[in-house]
Amino acid sequence: MIFSFDLLANAVISGILIGAFYAAVTAGITISFGILDIVNIAHPAFIILGSYVAYIINTTFGFDPILSAIVVMPAFYALGAGIYQVYYVSFEKRGQESMRGLAFFFGLLFITEVTLVLYFGVDYRYVEARYIGPTWHFGSIDIPLRILTPCLVSLSLIAALQLVLTRTFVGRAIMAVAQDQFALKLMAVNPIRIKRIAFGISIATASLAGAFLIIIQPVEPSVGREYIGRVFAICVLGGMGSLPGTVIAAMLVGIVESLTSTFYGPSWAPAVSFGFLLLTLAVRPAGILGR
Amino acid sequence: MRTDVFFVVCLVVGAAVYGTAVALGNDYYFFAGYVVVQYVVLSTAWNILGGYCGYVNFGSAAFFALGAYSTVAMHRLYPVLIPLDVVIGGVVSGIVGLGMGYLTLRLRGAFFAIATLALAVVLQTLVVNWDYVGGSRGAYILRPESIPLFGSYIRYLFLIMMLLAVGAITVARLIERSRLGYGFATIRDDELAAEASGVPTLRLKLIATTISGALMGMAGAPFPYYIGFLQPSSAFGLDYAVNSIAMPLIGGTTSWVGPLVGAILLGSLQQIATVTISSAVNLLIVGFLLVGFVIVAPNGIIGLVHKYVQQKPAGPVGRADADAPETAP
Repeated sequence: MIFSFDLLANAVISGILIGAFYAAVTAGITISFGILDIVNIAHPAFIILGSYVAYIINTTFGFDPILSAIVVMPAFYALGAGIYQVYYVSFEKRGQESMRGLAFFFGLLFITEVTLVLYFGVDYRYVEARYIGPTWHFGSIDIPLRILTPCLVSLSLIAALQLVLTRTFVGRAIMAVAQDQFALKLMAVNPIRIKRIAFGISIATASLAGAFLIIIQPVEPSVGREYIGRVFAICVLGGMGSLPGTVIAAMLVGIVESLTSTFYGPSWAPAVSFGFLLLTLAVRPAGILGR
Repeated sequence: MRTDVFFVVCLVVGAAVYGTAVALGNDYYFFAGYVVVQYVVLSTAWNILGGYCGYVNFGSAAFFALGAYSTVAMHRLYPVLIPLDVVIGGVVSGIVGLGMGYLTLRLRGAFFAIATLALAVVLQTLVVNWDYVGGSRGAYILRPESIPLFGSYIRYLFLIMMLLAVGAITVARLIERSRLGYGFATIRDDELAAEASGVPTLRLKLIATTISGALMGMAGAPFPYYIGFLQPSSAFGLDYAVNSIAMPLIGGTTSWVGPLVGAILLGSLQQIATVTISSAVNLLIVGFLLVGFVIVAPNGIIGLVHKYVQQKPAGPVGRADADAPETAP
């Protein structure tokens, strides 16, 4: 095969763009798994739920999917807070989070997926918006707007999250919960409340990530499974609970995946992120920007 | 009860079930029963790693599929008798289980679970891209209509699966009562303390992943003959992963009885729901039961039974009690 510079450049650019989207998908996991130590493997299912909510609002009222996702974020926040409350009472308080907690989230993943299948079937759904379709051309490099828009919104979302985590009281308390719950109690802060807020935020990001997903590609209920390995790979690679690390790792995974599918074929792409994950776990469990 | 006696009792029970199914005279019972018994093997296998050692394996489907695909590969290469396929499937999955153990068992808890999930997708990608076994198009296996001695072929498959289940349960019970089982229990309860007391935790965990993986592979080996057409998406289906977790957790994870009870109850329920309602609804039932049980009854059905027995004033409790009804032979 003749090595093509154009092909390489296009693959890298689209990898970076897709990577930014992956960062939004992973941000929730970075908060729940990285910071709170809650292994929410159902997160991708909530993202698909977000996709379908955006789809319903888009097809019935014709609203923009990203705007409608932002509007329903409070509902997702409430859902997350509720789930955390159940999780806390049933598992964390009894010290059984390791196995039964995992099974609980696995069950949630399953229920969400099957319910969506029963309600919407397994047809691919898509949304309509002005930026889906046109593509900007810079010389030989193509930038489709349907990927650029989620990329930019995603980066702003992560910047906002980072600001909240480092600058506000609640954000700092969330970071503190990861380090020392007892010390937090001495500061007269209820760690359970803080964790509930943090988990709510993590699920709220799923609403937006879901809207991105359905803008980028048509969605059916089982698409979420592809993201389970990917998000955990990115989270671990990014050093567990570091949002800047998440962005770097997400772009890295995005670039490698896009190079793989360009030069070897798309059917190999899913193995990349998982291979990455297995390798990271085996070699450097602390990740790139590990603590 | 001694293990050999237990094995014979299991064989007798298995033969009785087979005999009843023959007496009923409808091959549908064999088709439905095969799936239930297959889940008995899968959930018992899962429980050896998950219940005894406390390591959650989300990749059951991958091991199951490995067994199934090694049969497909053998079928292409040189068709052999199914019992030999079962052995080959077991060896392949056992080796992959050992490899997975080496790669991931230094990771505790959640990381291990995620790594098994990742392994499943990597293996699925490999199979999808492997044209020899059909790739993403899938592979046909033509099974003969009938076989001497058994009549229809499904009876033969059912008998193989029944023998596997008897074997798996005996192995699980043997492990439970041996030094190995006590070692596993120390890992589950406090791995750090176990290691500090000189329990060779890594070696024990490798044994557990190997046995568990091999049993799952064995359960998968006859599957291509059962289904007739094997596709990566059906062999790696999420329902195997969720069922092999849900069944032990619903039954109870501390002994071999739990996965057996869970698999029979949940497996039959699913068969009935598939016929009477729809196959999507039966998966929904599994999901709700799993979530409900882990919240309300953390120790499963067996835990509930023990709790009920303990409330009686003068009854033997615990392990001795679980054994009592079986001491007759």
